Amino acid sequence: MLKRVHFPSSVLPFLLVAPQIIVTVVFFLWPAAQAIYQSFLIEDAFGLSTEFVWFENFELLFADAHYLDSFWRTLFFSAAVALLSMSVALILAGFADRIVRGATAYRTLLIWPYAVAPVLAGALWVFMFNPTLGIFPYFLDMLGVDWNHYLNGSQAMALVIFAAAWKQIAYNFLFYLAAMQSIPLSLIEAAAIDGAGPVRRFKDFVFPLISPTTFFLLVINAVYAFFDTFGIIHAITQGGPANSTTILVYKVFNDGFVGLDLGGSAAQSVILMFLVIIMTVVQFRYVERKVEY
Amino acid sequence: MVENRPLLTFISHLVLILGVVIVALPIWITFVAATHDAVRMTQAPIPLLPGAHFWQNFKDTLFGSGLSSSAGAPVWRMLLNSLVMALLIASGKIVISLLSAFAIVYFKFPFRMGFFWMIFITLMLPVEVRILPTFEVVANLGMLNSYWGLSVPLIASATATFMFRQVFLTIPDEMLESARIDGAGPMRFFWDILIPLSRTNIAALFVILFIFGWNQYLWPLLITTDSDMTTIVMSIKEMLEVAEQSPQWHIVMMTALLAMIPPVFVVIGMQKLFVQGLTETDK
Repeated sequence: MLKRVHFPSSVLPFLLVAPQIIVTVVFFLWPAAQAIYQSFLIEDAFGLSTEFVWFENFELLFADAHYLDSFWRTLFFSAAVALLSMSVALILAGFADRIVRGATAYRTLLIWPYAVAPVLAGALWVFMFNPTLGIFPYFLDMLGVDWNHYLNGSQAMALVIFAAAWKQIAYNFLFYLAAMQSIPLSLIEAAAIDGAGPVRRFKDFVFPLISPTTFFLLVINAVYAFFDTFGIIHAITQGGPANSTTILVYKVFNDGFVGLDLGGSAAQSVILMFLVIIMTVVQFRYVERKVEY
Repeated sequence: MVENRPLLTFISHLVLILGVVIVALPIWITFVAATHDAVRMTQAPIPLLPGAHFWQNFKDTLFGSGLSSSAGAPVWRMLLNSLVMALLIASGKIVISLLSAFAIVYFKFPFRMGFFWMIFITLMLPVEVRILPTFEVVANLGMLNSYWGLSVPLIASATATFMFRQVFLTIPDEMLESARIDGAGPMRFFWDILIPLSRTNIAALFVILFIFGWNQYLWPLLITTDSDMTTIVMSIKEMLEVAEQSPQWHIVMMTALLAMIPPVFVVIGMQKLFVQGLTETDK
């Protein structure tokens, strides 16, 4: 990665990397080290003394039914968001790929939710589903469904999944469309000459050929659902009712800033760090392997 | 098009239009809510067609204090804060990443790979996993309630550094050789050759990072307690809470609209750069 022709060593390169390295050390590495250190400490109820306890915080977490629930809930939430938004995006991209005229217009109209902040997406959806005023509860009521996500945990979960998936459709659509458009036309034409219809071509050619994109998007969507949906949940449910939408990131925030449980929150941070590291490694291993058609 | 199937083409358009409608529905409802007065917005079912109060609400929201029952900053002030934060984050990330990518690609110096890995690690430490300790650091540095506190802790960027490294590696070695023969030093080469050659990449990245910066939520929420420093995106949450007590949905939705217009405008107006930036930073 170093250029064959390059400059000799001097003070200059150190000065050049200095800003980035200083920000990294002060705001990334040092706090992360602090989180790891604090995860080994327990503070008493009054904050007067702290005790070094090795892995007790972690043992407490994994013995805590609330934490384990939150863990499984996060997995369910991520899977649901990824599945919903990827399948909608795949269907739309599949049809957009067919269209010669107007494809860019559709793309323009489909990609802009990417720019909407998660907390705003939450605000829009919570307004549409407001139990007294919202437009959807009004129609659902006609169908005999009583919608109140402030009381009903599964409805609350459904609402955060909708809002999170809605925002991510744009991203998935862009990558699926780009992947489909990069498949050589001659392959598809050969299949058509052999008598494969559009559905058959999609099932047996297009979908397998874009499977690397599917895998890539799966990782990206999982990371998104784990870490970038805080705003959506904070705006819509604040983790409730009765913790039914408290995902891991929300719990770290809640236990740390609202509950002021420093050791427990730090231990949760450390577990999240491990999860990000795993996801990043998976993502980079995939990028290493180049796909050939 | 491989073959001519009019029916399938028709269905394709139908599905896509349906998709566009589903995607646009939340925004349409927000827009409609922002065009009615307070009284209309308390009656179920809420309207589905725009009303006549758009400009009135627009003025009230932008120059009034937003919600009557909250003591927050005026909305124009929040928009300004968001703009400053987004610009600082985007330009900060680009500047420090350009410099460090230049150092790593064009210089042989001790600890080069060490620095590279340190930058790489930031990928694995999103702010959500180190909220409390980072907050403590910023508090100890006295950066709470300031533009620096809002932006500087977020400007380390592994993805931007990787992207510029990739761009620099594709620039032919002859460029540097000829620049040297003409007597250019490292900074002259950086400024007069590297920067102009990576102009489109910088622009594409700027689009993505501007949106990233504008949409920050958790971080500003933690470090701003002074209402003069709140960003527009943050304010929505407070307004939602107030709206539960005394419904003023027309103002809340107008604020939401104002908060999403700048980044949406950037995505649509600079679509080509946006798509390029998105695919380059994530691959």
